[in-house]
Amino acid sequence: MRSIIEYFKEIIFGVWSLLKGMKVTGSYFFRPSTIVTQKYPSNRNDLVMFDRFKGEVIMPHDENNEHKCTGCGICELNCPNGTIEIISQTIVTEEGKKKKAIDKHIYRLSMCTFCGLCVKACPSNALAFGQKFEHAVFNRALLIKQLNKPGSKLKKGVE
Amino acid sequence: MLPEIVALNTSPTLSVPWWKVVYDFSALTDWIDKSLHNSMSPFWTTITEMLIIGVLILLFYALVGLFLVYAERKVCAFMQNRLGPNRVGPFGIFQTIADLFKLLFKELIPIKNADGFLFNLAPFIVIIASFMAIAAIPFAKGLHAIDLNIGVLYVMAVSAMGVIGVLLAGWSSNNKYSLIGAMRSGAQIVSYELSVGLSLITIVILAGSMQLSVIVEAQRDGWFLFKGHISAFIAFIIFLISSTAETNRGPFDLAEAESELTAGYHTEYSGIKFAFFFLAEYINMFIVASIAATVFLGGWMPFHVGSWEGFNHIMDFIPPFVWYIGKTFFVIFLMMWFKWTFPRLRIDQLLTLEWKYLLPINLFNVLIMAFLVLMGWHF
Repeated sequence: MRSIIEYFKEIIFGVWSLLKGMKVTGSYFFRPSTIVTQKYPSNRNDLVMFDRFKGEVIMPHDENNEHKCTGCGICELNCPNGTIEIISQTIVTEEGKKKKAIDKHIYRLSMCTFCGLCVKACPSNALAFGQKFEHAVFNRALLIKQLNKPGSKLKKGVE
Repeated sequence: MLPEIVALNTSPTLSVPWWKVVYDFSALTDWIDKSLHNSMSPFWTTITEMLIIGVLILLFYALVGLFLVYAERKVCAFMQNRLGPNRVGPFGIFQTIADLFKLLFKELIPIKNADGFLFNLAPFIVIIASFMAIAAIPFAKGLHAIDLNIGVLYVMAVSAMGVIGVLLAGWSSNNKYSLIGAMRSGAQIVSYELSVGLSLITIVILAGSMQLSVIVEAQRDGWFLFKGHISAFIAFIIFLISSTAETNRGPFDLAEAESELTAGYHTEYSGIKFAFFFLAEYINMFIVASIAATVFLGGWMPFHVGSWEGFNHIMDFIPPFVWYIGKTFFVIFLMMWFKWTFPRLRIDQLLTLEWKYLLPINLFNVLIMAFLVLMGWHF
């Protein structure tokens, strides 16, 4: 008797679980708004990438052309591929002290695997990930980028 | 069969206005028959009519095949949150035509050590089996190539013949994957044919006939799905499951199981011969769906409710062909929904489902239906 009850229980549970699966796919089918595919080349102009997308490493500058990079070189040490090269210089501050500062933050896009270790390791949050992803160029040299903009300065208060 | 001989030199005319033809095709077919009889002997009339029907069915076959492939890709895409084909023509509607041309131009690769004759014969057997089945299906009122008095049996028998082609393809390819796929397909069809037959017999008991035109006509005051209530509903569910298995479609697509057997029985086929298998799969789905629509959902019969004269009259304004296509595509959509929702069964699960669940339930269901008919407890 128990096995007969089990038999019918199994059938009912089976049908119920199948219907549950069909509900999921059916709800997607009847709501085209859930489609995630982008018609990429034709929507280039208004394409918005998602927040955590890793397009390239950038150094954000504010409106006074100031960045937060102190030139400490921790990102260079953390990079597993040798993508980043820090060229530092010694500057004299207003109080007359000698201090190490960034001269060029060289970033070789062709060697980057977008692992994100540099961004995580930076003590002053000077680095971030940008959204640009169309990186194809005809000359390899164009992939070597300088992240700090020319004439930019260290932001006040960042040590 | 042969109509009375019409006096010569009186060209027959359509007995009804041309726009009424969509409601009853028999006026049009009669007119064609009489016109042909006027101009040639009965023998050549029959030959010409058969040729016309053959060409029409071929055209229909190709169009439905192309459309179903497109529909499958779109339905699948929407269920997986994708867009599907959308580059060739508006909404990608010409995608399958482009695919067809690609397949036509591809090389037919000869297989070393394959059994050449059987290898070339197999796709044609598969195609012919589905082609023969389509002839017995009533598409609309008066649009019915052959109305056999054992229509249900004929369609079942002929559509099950396709498995011979599948087995031949697997055997003659001289390839382990193909052979395993073909054997799986054989085991599957042998067991599931039983369920398909018994679920159809449930309705044959209710209808009291195997003739498809009689079955359709018997549903004038309500479809069998509603007339036979519980029993018919169970039979419909079982028919859907087992016919999906019979057409080798997912979740029962063990015969071609992409992840295990590359492509199963048609691994070694290329170009148009592969296209034949591909097309036959979709046409089989169409045939099975039209049988389900005809037997359970009333075929071309509009949605009628018992004695609601006004309601029935409004429903009659929609042409029968539209009803037929609508119901068939509803069933096809259900089958696609199954395919893109459920994971593939293992071979032992497949056989367990048939022999331990579907068959006993089906046998009881036939008994219940016989009892219902005996007591007159149906509508």
